Amino acid sequence: MDLYEYQGKQFFASYGIPTSPGDVTSSPERVVEIATEVGYPAVVKAQVQVGGRGKAGGIKLVSNPEEALAAARSILGMDIKGHTVKKVWVEHASDIAAEYYASITLDRSAKEDLVMLSEQGGVEIESVAQSNPEAIVRRHINPIDGLTLEIAREIVGASGIPSDVHEGVAEILVKLYEAYSRGDADLVEINPLIVTPERKVHALDAKVTLDDNAFYRHPEWDEFRSAEELDGRERLAKDRGLNYIGLDGSVGIIANGAGLAMSTLDVVNQVGGSAANFLDLGGGAGADVMTAALEVINTDPNVRAVMVNIFGGITRCDDVARGIVNALEKVTLSSPIVIRLDGTNAPEGRAIISDLNSEAIFVESTMIGAARRAVELAEKGVASGDIR
Amino acid sequence: MAIFVDENTKVLVQGLTGSQGRFHGLRNRAYGTKVVGGVTPGKGGTDVEGIPVFDSVEEAVVATGATASFISVPPRFAASAVLEAAAAGITFVVCITEFIPAHDESMFYNVLRRDFPGTRLLGPNCPGIISPGRCNIGITSGDIALPGGPVGIVSRSGTLTYQALYELSQGGVGQTTCVGIGGDPVPGTNFIDCLAAFEADPETKAVLMIGEIGGSEEENAAAFIRDHMSKPVVTYIAGVTAPPGRKMGHAGAIVSGSLGTAQAKMDALREAGAIVAVNPTEAGEKMVELVSSL
Repeated sequence: MDLYEYQGKQFFASYGIPTSPGDVTSSPERVVEIATEVGYPAVVKAQVQVGGRGKAGGIKLVSNPEEALAAARSILGMDIKGHTVKKVWVEHASDIAAEYYASITLDRSAKEDLVMLSEQGGVEIESVAQSNPEAIVRRHINPIDGLTLEIAREIVGASGIPSDVHEGVAEILVKLYEAYSRGDADLVEINPLIVTPERKVHALDAKVTLDDNAFYRHPEWDEFRSAEELDGRERLAKDRGLNYIGLDGSVGIIANGAGLAMSTLDVVNQVGGSAANFLDLGGGAGADVMTAALEVINTDPNVRAVMVNIFGGITRCDDVARGIVNALEKVTLSSPIVIRLDGTNAPEGRAIISDLNSEAIFVESTMIGAARRAVELAEKGVASGDIR
Repeated sequence: MAIFVDENTKVLVQGLTGSQGRFHGLRNRAYGTKVVGGVTPGKGGTDVEGIPVFDSVEEAVVATGATASFISVPPRFAASAVLEAAAAGITFVVCITEFIPAHDESMFYNVLRRDFPGTRLLGPNCPGIISPGRCNIGITSGDIALPGGPVGIVSRSGTLTYQALYELSQGGVGQTTCVGIGGDPVPGTNFIDCLAAFEADPETKAVLMIGEIGGSEEENAAAFIRDHMSKPVVTYIAGVTAPPGRKMGHAGAIVSGSLGTAQAKMDALREAGAIVAVNPTEAGEKMVELVSSL
């Protein structure tokens, strides 16, 4: 789960990383109140999970209540690269003497944590990595050892950051590692990490990705999740425990396992069609999960045909078939379905489907055959209506 | 011969008394696997259809002489189960558990690497391993595999592993061993470990490798194939048309660079001399064709 900037700052603050005092709101009047509380000049920042907010006019510096109100009214509701701004973060505008970059993530190749620090922050770090790679200090940390203050000092010492703020930056790196490790984050990034004219170091931005698998041991994340913005279909899918990503083609895809689902997208593409979505039922899906998947796909108006591609292992094909039968009883499907079942209890599953005697359900014996049939049906654009 | 497990491998099931552990543990035994014991703390002294259950892996190892373990426990217990198995002297650990927190995973990976170099971990989040006709540890349906070789299979995706087994068996081509390494960020066993084992196994004449987008394991495997493999390798990479995955922010983009796309992986494998198929069926067909010419 990606956090918004304001959530990231709350997350950082809970691990003792200094941030600017401020608050989040969706009301223009409240923006004025917060700005007055934190003191002018203040900055009003759009809360969207997309880069380039500043260029799009989503970040404004304000020096009095009138400007704060005008900024709030222009930013709230603004569209930034397809994201509507629903909330803004308001904080006291910091005086900046220098901007650095700090991040920690897992390096999958080395299978250790990777700390990166640069004295060239405030700009896109990719461009620094390209034009001036030696300006980024990289240090692998074994998770058994963690990041000690001693090692943090070595990293800072190699970065070219002036020595009078070494200790402040090193302490923040240690806290950032704590947030990453104990906080179960996949990524923590501060860009920029600033130094004020008083030589104080603090985080001016916060980018945090939390590990969804660790949700069970972080009840405090409930608040983050409730603010997560998904479109109607994505929300429905997530509530049903389905791994769903909407696309813009006409063949709805349902498969078990991420690999098989991706492969199904590839095969549909290879026979000349295009997928309307990626949907992975996950391992051990029962009939109810299959029913939910069909319900989700059925709400997509672009779908002209559905391809169900199941290779049973821990998932049983007869359960999948029963899920299809249940779905037909609950909802009026608007597209024909092509089904391919193999693996655990496949003959039982195929028998359940053939007992349906439906003209809108086709059973194919191979993945390619099923893809061809689904694409053909999607192109014919079989009329919607009561398909039973 | 087969790699990693064969008809002599004695296997414990950690979590045998749970519903998944029981279902798949008994299925593995019915396949012919030597399932010699189960481990569930607090249930020592009981049994599951004749398989004795112990309180700890250590007791189970002393009583049965097991050298392999099949872990089927919920995510929150997985880290301690893996480390308990290693500490008790288990040398081959298969962990099928899905949804383990990433920090737990990289922690036990690094503890094994530092303190238990003699223990190989397969997974987590993998379907397991099957040496057809000899040993099946995990959740693969034994009936889709065909004994007798000569093909070794290694795959990151569970369901595509079954698809690969099925395609080869339908084409009359048997397998020596099929290893599902799992799709998590920190797999205990990687492509190169399996390629090296297949290269050294006299019964394996060719290898089918199935990868997917993300990470750089396939690129590393390509370099290994180029430098160290004398046996032919057929590959398929899933995800050519997949939507871009969740962005790991700028830091992630820097770590992986241009690596990670299906196209980059296929190009690297082709340049390394592997045969690259565009879908699982074609991979199966190309392997059947290749085996008939050996």
